[in-house]
Amino acid sequence: MEWFFNFPDMSRSDLREFKKTVDFAFTDFSRSYGAEIEGFFEPLLMFLVWFEKLFINTPWPLIIFGILVLAWIGSRSIPVVIGTFLSFMLIGYFGMWEDTMSTLAIILVATFLCISIGIPMGIAMARSNKVQAVIVPVLDVMQTIPSFVYLIPVVMLLGIGKVPGLIAVCIYAIPPIVRLTNLGIRLVDKDVLEAADSFGANYWQKLFGVQMPLALPTIFAGVNQTIMMALAMVVIASMIGVKGLGLPVLRAISNQYLALGLMNGLAIVVLAIIFDRVTQKFGLRMQKYRNDGKD
Amino acid sequence: MSKNDILIQVNQLYKIFGDNTNEALELVKNGMGKDELLEKCNCVLGLNKINLDINKAKIQVVMGLSGSGKSTLIRHLNRLIEPTSGEILVNNQDILSLSQKELIQFRQNNMSMVFQKFALFPHKTVLQNVGYGLAVQNIPEKEWNEKAKKWINRVGLDGYETYFPGQLSGGMQQRVGLARALATDAEILLMDEAFSALDPLIRSEMQNILLDLQNELHKTIIFITHDLDEALKIGDRIAILRDGSMVQDSNPQEIIMQPADDYVSDFIKDINRARVIQAKSIMTPTKVKSSGATVKEDMVLEDILQIMSDEPSKPVTIEDTKGKVTGKIEMDNLIEGMKRPKSQGTNITG
Repeated sequence: MEWFFNFPDMSRSDLREFKKTVDFAFTDFSRSYGAEIEGFFEPLLMFLVWFEKLFINTPWPLIIFGILVLAWIGSRSIPVVIGTFLSFMLIGYFGMWEDTMSTLAIILVATFLCISIGIPMGIAMARSNKVQAVIVPVLDVMQTIPSFVYLIPVVMLLGIGKVPGLIAVCIYAIPPIVRLTNLGIRLVDKDVLEAADSFGANYWQKLFGVQMPLALPTIFAGVNQTIMMALAMVVIASMIGVKGLGLPVLRAISNQYLALGLMNGLAIVVLAIIFDRVTQKFGLRMQKYRNDGKD
Repeated sequence: MSKNDILIQVNQLYKIFGDNTNEALELVKNGMGKDELLEKCNCVLGLNKINLDINKAKIQVVMGLSGSGKSTLIRHLNRLIEPTSGEILVNNQDILSLSQKELIQFRQNNMSMVFQKFALFPHKTVLQNVGYGLAVQNIPEKEWNEKAKKWINRVGLDGYETYFPGQLSGGMQQRVGLARALATDAEILLMDEAFSALDPLIRSEMQNILLDLQNELHKTIIFITHDLDEALKIGDRIAILRDGSMVQDSNPQEIIMQPADDYVSDFIKDINRARVIQAKSIMTPTKVKSSGATVKEDMVLEDILQIMSDEPSKPVTIEDTKGKVTGKIEMDNLIEGMKRPKSQGTNITG
């Protein structure tokens, strides 16, 4: 009856052997292919560095002006623009300008990557139930696995630096855009699709002429979520060498600097709020035709 | 009707929804009914041995209650639904043999469709909606803009080009739907309960617009409806479906005078017979002129009654459109014609 009270598990030596095998296999893999993989990501790193430098080296009034213009284009709302202006002035005044620019750079690149990979994935999922059945569990894993766990292989492969940080951010932030692109396309009214069919529209005409435009508000909610999650990942990414607002937070945690932690933490919150308001207002404007009832 | 007048032929068409349709098809061909099939095979019988010839430049109405398969039938004509078995010929071309590419071309050029719930593109303007069928053919924008504008004008929506469908009333939206279908110049127009979602006044207005357009354009129209008044008003022929089977296919007068079975009788029992039945359906054929007034053979009984009431004893003379005498009607015939036939089970229980 011993098996009844003690789980009949693997013997310790077997288990140790198993872990060793996996570890060694991956170490071997990263030793033999690490350089190639790093080489593959080299252009990305160059771009990231260049982009970050661009943000840091451009005089701050120009950056603020650019951000305000974008905020206006996105939101068409004076309060949002004023709020954005005040927030960035405060961030700069409290000496967090450079870190904020670094964070902004990595967030923008990560969002761009997520969109350019995530939207085609979402489209493929919407097109085929089989593809959906394969991708959904992968997304589930990406969203639930503790981020530190996938940091291990990423760091083993690529070491510490911007690119592994970027990859970690993307793994964490990409699921919403994929899911919501898929959902948005699948939710498009069947009647409308039937109408497009009846007039002889082909797959691509339906996709870009009907499905994507009608799914756009949902897709945009995905973009919004992706940006938010990327921002949330900034602190963890700083543990593997990403510069920006996360680093001071990390320092504050280990040294119990309350003010430093609060300031930088709030700066992240402020960035998140600005991104959120601007993209949400933009998303709402895109579906104006829906709210615009009679008269 | 000569062979050349037939544009669309539907032969032995079966549609069964569900898994294992081959087995179900055999059972249906051996005479199994809809309910039994659902119970035994878990398959839904959509269409059961439909044969239908549709004439060129006429309005063929397909009628039936909801679930009778009429929307399923119309979607077979442009293959939005694939049949389980059967043959569909359009212009003697078997459309079931078309490849995906040919099918897209066929839909672009030969058929267009108007939908019950309008199915307009909510993110496109009226102009873009109407031009959609042309735009997907990769016709230059300038060209389709022009054509679309012409059709917007034709359905009376001038000035609404830049509006979105959500900004228009139901009636106006369906005009957009109609213009969109007409803009491709397709010979065949499929109308799936196109006016059912509109309120009665607007519906009647849309029917008139359609009839006006038809006088001018001579399209072949397949019109689905569950409304008998509508069917009688616009149909050149009426086919009646029940549980996926064709019950009767004939001209409107025949449907009323000789309903094929109780189902059809039930359908027509509430109509105002005096306003629908025409002189030719009840007249006694004769070449001799009678003593009363002379009326055309397509005049409805209500109007004849009006004329006869002055001199009830004198039978009226009926003449055809060319003015040739074809028959006569006496007061007795008139009363007989307006009365519901016995077989239709009048319930006089107070």
